[in-house]
Amino acid sequence: MKIAVCVKHVPEGHGRIDPGSKRLDRSGEGALNHFDANAVEEALRLKGDGDGEVVVVSMGPEKAADSLRKALAMGADRAVLVSDAAAEGSDLVATSKVLAGALAREEADLVLFGQQAEDADGAVLWAAVAERMRRPVVSQAAEVTVTGDTVRVKRQTEFGYDVIETSLPAIVAVSDAINEPRYPSLKGIMGAKKKPFETLTLADTGVDAADAGEAGSKTEVLALGNPPARGDARKIDGDANAAQAIVDFLAEKRLV
Amino acid sequence: MSTLVFLEHHGGELQKGSLGVLTKAASLGDADAVLVGGGVTALAAEAGTYGAKKVHVADDASLDPPLPQARVDVIAKVVADGGYDTVLFANSVLAADIAAGLAARLDAGLNWDLVDLTSDFIGKRPALGDSVLVDVGWRSTPRLGLFRAGSFDAAPTGGGAPEVVQAAVELEEHSRAATIVDQQLEEASGPSIEDADVIVAGGRGLGAPENFTLAEELARALGGAVGATRAVVDAGWYPYSAQIGQTGKTVSPKLYVALGISGAIQHKVGMQSSSVIVAINKDANAPIFEFSDLGVVGDVHEIVPKLTELVNQRKGS
Repeated sequence: MKIAVCVKHVPEGHGRIDPGSKRLDRSGEGALNHFDANAVEEALRLKGDGDGEVVVVSMGPEKAADSLRKALAMGADRAVLVSDAAAEGSDLVATSKVLAGALAREEADLVLFGQQAEDADGAVLWAAVAERMRRPVVSQAAEVTVTGDTVRVKRQTEFGYDVIETSLPAIVAVSDAINEPRYPSLKGIMGAKKKPFETLTLADTGVDAADAGEAGSKTEVLALGNPPARGDARKIDGDANAAQAIVDFLAEKRLV
Repeated sequence: MSTLVFLEHHGGELQKGSLGVLTKAASLGDADAVLVGGGVTALAAEAGTYGAKKVHVADDASLDPPLPQARVDVIAKVVADGGYDTVLFANSVLAADIAAGLAARLDAGLNWDLVDLTSDFIGKRPALGDSVLVDVGWRSTPRLGLFRAGSFDAAPTGGGAPEVVQAAVELEEHSRAATIVDQQLEEASGPSIEDADVIVAGGRGLGAPENFTLAEELARALGGAVGATRAVVDAGWYPYSAQIGQTGKTVSPKLYVALGISGAIQHKVGMQSSSVIVAINKDANAPIFEFSDLGVVGDVHEIVPKLTELVNQRKGS
């Protein structure tokens, strides 16, 4: 079985938005989106000792290679990075087009995503990619099993669990409750340097420059502002008077 | 402006979140709704109360399982035929997947995690852990918007019965591939946390499952419901129906009391729109203090019993 895992390179620590471009500042250090580590781990688990292949796919700046190398160090077999200035600033519509183009080259049986991007809080990309590839999609997977050409997913929802089955090829977004991602071993880190690493341009994905980046995006950031203040956030010590202080606070807010 | 709102239903009821978005849409202009499922026609009338002029209903047994892709097929046709320029959703596991699928199908811009929308189509989206409020826009129509749950209250607008029209059910092959083979729905006991004005939620910091009685007793004193973090639900301390967060329920009560909860992003997204947040946690550096109105650095086991007693005394006096 061939499994492709889509991963994102996200800025480390507290992000900042560049006031000029109104885009997330990606110039600093970055790391593998930690929700995507769950997807890499699940792919490695599903592959097990079998003779399948796990390929990690990303779209981003050249530095995104660091995150792909981490996935390789965890045990993925091969990496593909779509890196093209014309793809910078892509929104959902544009990103899904580019990723679908990169994934179409792979013809994977199963495509995995993590449950959200920790930088932009996006938690929808898989469904757009699935639509472009015309493949079934299941999200919020708390368990994934593959039998023959069927994937069975336990989907966690607001109301409980659904057990969903679909035929392969399919796309699944895993919840971060699904597993504990492994840490790369030293051997894994050393080995990652020798694994196949392919860098693609937009043209390689078959997407026109007009359909990617800002040009291909249908949404835009207009302005940055301060969120409404939460009021006067107060922090107090939990000493003997703490319970009374809480009651006084609730009384002041007319909540008791 | 012609706006279409996706109405989500569960257990024979329209979901409060999508009725809230409908209320908002109706306040900005003409709003219609779309309802997709098996045996859902009877639910259409209620949408009129919340401002829908017309409800497109796709009622078919094949649409009964709550799966996104068949809904994309139905809604894409309703949007194209009806010429809607705006399609709005209240966030949920199902609605997010529908909205993104529809965005790709229609090559339409989707802004997500919105908390508000102006009459000139500027969306408001908190970003970077809510430290920035971003104004977002659309460059073309249809505009798709996915709102954070709890962004708007569902309020009857005094509207009459809506016009109900049948929506075509023509499904793509890839939309029919997935099937639900089993469902394990958990029914909440006690007051529903989505409707509660007060929620007392417990996390790992409670120390042990039996310490949830601390949360239960305080909730009883405050007239509220009990919530839990994913960590304690995963550990089997409390039922999933009480789980608040990304993979649980999203709530926006008047008062949210967090007991021994660190405030990880997974939990935060489910409760950050609460009006007043009070947190008690031993760890002074816990992220929860960054978005609490009152943070108490201390031991829940010492403070909570006293707090419950004081609240009860106050009620008695």
